[in-house]
Amino acid sequence: MAVTEEIRPNADALLHAAPPRRPANMGQILRWTLLFLGGIAMVMPIAYMISTSLKWPHEVYNLQLIPDEPHLENYTYVLEDGRFYGWFINSIVIAVVTTVSNVLFDSLVGYTLCKFRFPGRYIVFIAILSTLMIPTEMLVIPWYLMSQQLGWLDTYWGIMFPGLMTAFGTFLMKQFFETVPDDFIEAARIDGLNELQIWWTVAMPLVKPALAALAIFVFLGNWTAFIWPLIVTNSVEMYTLPVGLSSFGDEADVAWELIMTGAAISTIPTLVVFLIFQRYIIQGVVMAGLKG
Amino acid sequence: MYRNLTIKQKQIVWAWAFLALPVLFYSVIRFYPTGNAMLISFQDWNLLGTRTWTGLDNYTTLLSDPVFWQVFRNTFIYLLLGTPVSLVVAFAIAYHLDKVRFMHGFLRMLYFLPFMTSAVAMAWVWRWFYQPVPVGLFNNALASLGIPQVNFLNSTTNALPAILAPAVWAGLGFQVIIFMAGLRAIPRSYYEAARIDGVSTWTVLWEITLPLLRPTIVFLVVFSSIGFLRIFDHVFNMTTNNPGGPLNSTKPLVLMIYQTAFSSFDMGYAAAQTVVLFIVLLLVSLLQLWIMRDR
Repeated sequence: MAVTEEIRPNADALLHAAPPRRPANMGQILRWTLLFLGGIAMVMPIAYMISTSLKWPHEVYNLQLIPDEPHLENYTYVLEDGRFYGWFINSIVIAVVTTVSNVLFDSLVGYTLCKFRFPGRYIVFIAILSTLMIPTEMLVIPWYLMSQQLGWLDTYWGIMFPGLMTAFGTFLMKQFFETVPDDFIEAARIDGLNELQIWWTVAMPLVKPALAALAIFVFLGNWTAFIWPLIVTNSVEMYTLPVGLSSFGDEADVAWELIMTGAAISTIPTLVVFLIFQRYIIQGVVMAGLKG
Repeated sequence: MYRNLTIKQKQIVWAWAFLALPVLFYSVIRFYPTGNAMLISFQDWNLLGTRTWTGLDNYTTLLSDPVFWQVFRNTFIYLLLGTPVSLVVAFAIAYHLDKVRFMHGFLRMLYFLPFMTSAVAMAWVWRWFYQPVPVGLFNNALASLGIPQVNFLNSTTNALPAILAPAVWAGLGFQVIIFMAGLRAIPRSYYEAARIDGVSTWTVLWEITLPLLRPTIVFLVVFSSIGFLRIFDHVFNMTTNNPGGPLNSTKPLVLMIYQTAFSSFDMGYAAAQTVVLFIVLLLVSLLQLWIMRDR
């Protein structure tokens, strides 16, 4: 994202600088109250999802947010069925593998394009960048044909191969490696480290915040990915959580409290991760959003 | 042999060693399929039979297909409704949240939380909200207040905005955070100067804040436009019994592509639709580059 202004939004400012404290007046109190009510409204869908997953069938349709007798029967029922458990494992495996792959390859490519001078550098950079213009939806048909011919349909590899590297991540990492001084790399070279070691032990530790941001984005993206897993999987055992939840919800006569339980199972992990690493995630989102 | 190379030559060897696998990946997984998609768009193919060249047939069929024009219109309604609404709301929240210190982090967390949810899960939650009495939360709430029922998902006029709402809701947190980062980057001295000159809050907003936020606004407009043009998860999951219904009134381009390719197995026709999507997205991105350049 090319920012032409000298005034660049930046992630650190968001977290450190705060407006000067003013004495509370009526306007401030009103502003706070409205923001608070708006914020509560924002989390209501999530709150109702969780609350309903803890309700008995007879109380599902009342408006009460706190269940009369909260219980975990819906969770045991959904998990005993076995399918959700398998989908959960599939989603974890796919999200973790693609995240690791992106963190390694995107940063390696970003680093190479940033710190090496070699013939073809500009062409490779432009070529990778240009793939940002190609929407995934245009590629799903050829990917499907490719998977069909190579026997990748209905396999983990088939679900994750399109996302193993991303141009977005490469570009993001390239931007961040610009902040690593060339002197550090020169010094390491004089110390006799080879280029792989320099990348891994010198450059990578200096861009940890960017790696964290990239990891968050890739993990979240693959955890919630829907259209490609929907196309490439056929058997129920290979579904990811979103595909599984979609087919589960579509079954005849499935009670809403069970659908809400399934939705909660696929949402709670990312919410918990967010609540733990809130600060880093918000910082990472701003960095990735503005530099990527 | 490697020992005899100059430092410069060694760098070239390393660079290409690092790039070998990624270059292979981008060629096979990105460039080849792009070309293939364009090729298929000029062919007639149902996956089982042979591929036959049909020239521009798929494109002419598309242009005379009333469903396509309906879908094209829907896609742009998602965009033209979703982008302005989400940006205005996100800016209003960010503008005020930026001025609040008490429990600032907590409030920000509330607004950001929906961004961390899965679109499929939330589509089902909202679908439940929209059900008629005695099931749906919204209609139950309306009933308890004595207000007539609203037909959300089964109405050709209400269904599209009803499906758009959770998509806007989920993206709001991201936009608020980006707007706040943009607001914080504006030097406080500008505001101090304006205050000394006795400029009204409204003028400050229009003459200082918004012009200086231009890069942020352009970024968010493009980012959310592309998102709304590619809407699929919410529509598919909220209308699984009749995807894109009722009467195609909520069907976006990506859903039409999905159905043409994977329900009707008309690969050539579907590929032509993806090329149209590609061109639309390309135009939006070029528009962004053009807007950013004139300064």
